[in-house]
Amino acid sequence: MFEVSLGHYLTLGAIIFTIGIIGIFLNRKNVIVILMSIELILLAVNINLVSFSIFLQDLSGQIFTLFILTVAAAEAAIGLAIIVVYYRNAGTIRVEEIENLKG
Amino acid sequence: MLAHAIFFYFFSFVAIISAIMVTVSKNTVHSVFFLILDFISISCLFIMIGAEFLGMIMLIVYVGAVAVLFLFVVMMLNVAQQKNQWFKSSDTSTHIPIGLIVSLIIFFELIIVIGGWKYKPDIIENFSDSLISSSTNTHTIGSVLYTEYIHLFQISGMILLVAMIGAIVLTFRKREGVKRQNYFSQISREKNQGVELVEVKSNEGVKIDV
Repeated sequence: MFEVSLGHYLTLGAIIFTIGIIGIFLNRKNVIVILMSIELILLAVNINLVSFSIFLQDLSGQIFTLFILTVAAAEAAIGLAIIVVYYRNAGTIRVEEIENLKG
Repeated sequence: MLAHAIFFYFFSFVAIISAIMVTVSKNTVHSVFFLILDFISISCLFIMIGAEFLGMIMLIVYVGAVAVLFLFVVMMLNVAQQKNQWFKSSDTSTHIPIGLIVSLIIFFELIIVIGGWKYKPDIIENFSDSLISSSTNTHTIGSVLYTEYIHLFQISGMILLVAMIGAIVLTFRKREGVKRQNYFSQISREKNQGVELVEVKSNEGVKIDV
């Protein structure tokens, strides 16, 4: 109980990952919250990589976390730019009103 | 060890609660604030287990840049006051149980994998030589990142450059009625178009036509 092992960190990563997925599935409001849920999922992946890296005494996990951080920042910038352009064109970013593809 | 466990449970509790609040809070600005709290507590966890460099980088990149970017966009688009209506939308009755079932299945699969998983017994000896325990975390990351992973490092720099150019190109728009410089015509202007020598007679002045 008081010995914090690798399983504790992996469980925390799994919980945050699931919360991110629930946020993507059940969100009916706007696309920005979906982007934030994607950030949560990437954060859970980072937790897994860093805890494996620490507990296995191998640095590759932390290097990969750096690259994931880079890609997440780029993805947030591009996604927010797309949202701004869409809002300028369509006047709304509500999820249920974005139905051009009839998906 | 007890203090380590207490801090672990405290930070992970804050992280989970704020992650839930990111997805359920009615106001989008509050969601961004809870996202910031989530990143801060996770980076405290990283610092606590010995990955100080990544914890600090997460604070700088996420809290300093990405969350501020989210705040800018939320406040710029005037969507902060829309009510977040998960459970009382009119025509959406089927997606909520399906989404809950799928995400709970994913969660239980992850828990099963974590619970039934063991180290291969010789994996610790194989990996333990790459982390030099005498120097700091930042020093070891730097000594690996700039030697073995230098190409990936430069490619990630290119990714950031492409993202920056893409964001600028996407949000750029031409406005009417704004006077701006035309660099091509400015550079390609010749001497005889700009300067004219006039012989000025005494007491008569000169007439300039523009």
